[in-house]
Amino acid sequence: MLLLLVPLAGLLVRAPWEGLPRILLTPEVREALRLSLVCASLATLVSVVLGVPLAYVLARSQAPGVRLLRALVTLPLVLPPVVGGVALLLAFGRNGIVGRHLDAWFGLTIPFSTPAVVVAETFVAMPFLVVAVEGALRTADRGYDEAAATLGASRMTVFLRVTLPIIRPALVAGAVLCWARALGEFGATATFAGNFEGTTRTMPLAVYNAIQTDPDAAIALSLVLLTVSVTVLVVLRGRWTGQGAA
Amino acid sequence: MSAGRGLVLDGTVHRGSFELALRVQAGPGEVVGVLGPNGAGKSTLLRTVAGLELLSSGTLEVAGRVWQDGTTALRPEERAAGVVFQDYRLFPHLDVLDNVAFAARAAGTRRAAARDGAARWLTRLGLADLARRRPSQLSGGQAQRVALARALAREPDVLLLDEPMAALDAGARLEVRGFLRTHLAEFAGPVVLVTHDPLEAMVLADRLVVVEGGRLVQEGTPLEVARRPASTYVARLMGLNLWSGELGHDGRVALDGGGSLSLAGEAAPGRVLVALRPSAISVHTGRPGGSAGPGASPRNQWAGRIGSLERLADRVRLQVDGQPGALVDVTAAAVAELGLVEGREVWLTAKATEVEAYPEARPGPLGPG
Repeated sequence: MLLLLVPLAGLLVRAPWEGLPRILLTPEVREALRLSLVCASLATLVSVVLGVPLAYVLARSQAPGVRLLRALVTLPLVLPPVVGGVALLLAFGRNGIVGRHLDAWFGLTIPFSTPAVVVAETFVAMPFLVVAVEGALRTADRGYDEAAATLGASRMTVFLRVTLPIIRPALVAGAVLCWARALGEFGATATFAGNFEGTTRTMPLAVYNAIQTDPDAAIALSLVLLTVSVTVLVVLRGRWTGQGAA
Repeated sequence: MSAGRGLVLDGTVHRGSFELALRVQAGPGEVVGVLGPNGAGKSTLLRTVAGLELLSSGTLEVAGRVWQDGTTALRPEERAAGVVFQDYRLFPHLDVLDNVAFAARAAGTRRAAARDGAARWLTRLGLADLARRRPSQLSGGQAQRVALARALAREPDVLLLDEPMAALDAGARLEVRGFLRTHLAEFAGPVVLVTHDPLEAMVLADRLVVVEGGRLVQEGTPLEVARRPASTYVARLMGLNLWSGELGHDGRVALDGGGSLSLAGEAAPGRVLVALRPSAISVHTGRPGGSAGPGASPRNQWAGRIGSLERLADRVRLQVDGQPGALVDVTAAAVAELGLVEGREVWLTAKATEVEAYPEARPGPLGPG
């Protein structure tokens, strides 16, 4: 317990409370904050667009390869993010198996750019959303889908008008978790996207940078991330307990 | 055979080792009650018509259209089947109005028009004041009626009801039964109603189909089925005593389980089923003396022992072990007056005119399996 709480207390005690507004308003910090929010939100959007259909397949498909697929999808949950970053580099790097063609055909280079941040964050954070949504789809009552089909709804209509609204709480919770994880992403981002101010230096990277040059700024940035985390926790808790009471 | 505007199902469904093999017809406007014990395949029958399960072989035709045969099988959304599920399955995230408007929305109608149509259905079924409620705010009886409104609003070619009152308490049942009776009668297409409740079947159905173990065992009007049950299941369900036996030339039936009964009417000698209403049997605590004078109808009388007493709504049903064993209905007053308790030795009598016999439909003795 102490091990968990003492560092947080240290952060609060050492916080440069008076200088806080000034530090948070410096261009570097504002830029890092803006970049973090934009990238985490984009990563969450990509995760929802790709992750929800994936979760649907994982939950509903009877195909033989689904178990393996599920294991692969959850791999980033346990994989050290740095390793994820290396893997992304090998895939989408200028000489990577996919990146080579992107470069040759479209002149696209992903690594060390803002899109790379989004890709890295998506890679690490999407499993949180997939796991949450898949669980909800698995336990959702298929009877509603059947009822909708007998009322003339095509599979797509059933999914959009019935299945999705019914699992919405899980989708929201999954998206929030995914967003929070993307916001805090460090390892994969640093490896795959680098640490360039204004294009790839998100909040966690800025904290890492600042701790060597300007500890007060590092603490201030950490406080911001801590606030976000606590807020996410409270929001999710509220949802869960609220549902329990409804 | 052409179905016209009705429904014709003739085929089999396999599920694991279970096989449902049925031939069921329902004419336009006809309510066919499918009666049978749990696991008989009743719900499978409905799901097959709705397209939620497929026939393993055979054909299904509704309103002159093939819904399934050897080459085609329409998907559930391509069939115009209005289904009322046993657990209603009202969409929890939509209010009553939007639940009823769902089919129109799915068909591409604009929201406002779909809601107008749904509101008209709700008004027609007397449910307009529930329009803005969520399914979680409805009582069982209300949810049942909304589920019917939603199925009717789909403007189906066939209406399918799965145990429509199984989840309701007694009070709501009475109400919903009347409601269903009215609105099923108004529906122009065929109606298939699955139930294991004989009263529900008797009140709502024009014709009954009895299914046991995946097979059709009897078909007829409710009255015919009640009067002449073709199996012990149906007889027990209808509250009838039913025995099989051999009718001799003397007008006496030697029952398979022991004992014999006299008939008053004419019947051809041979294998017969004998039915006797529990209320047509009288109970005596001593051997009834004297009996019928000359000219009076002959009387059956036999001894037995009370196995159990069960309180029904307005009477007490005794299960009497003897030859034959019988169900007997008496008034609560008679139970008190005669001191009827479990294990008590009694005499049973029944007028020969009350005993109905008819030729056994199936070859061989009636028995389990």
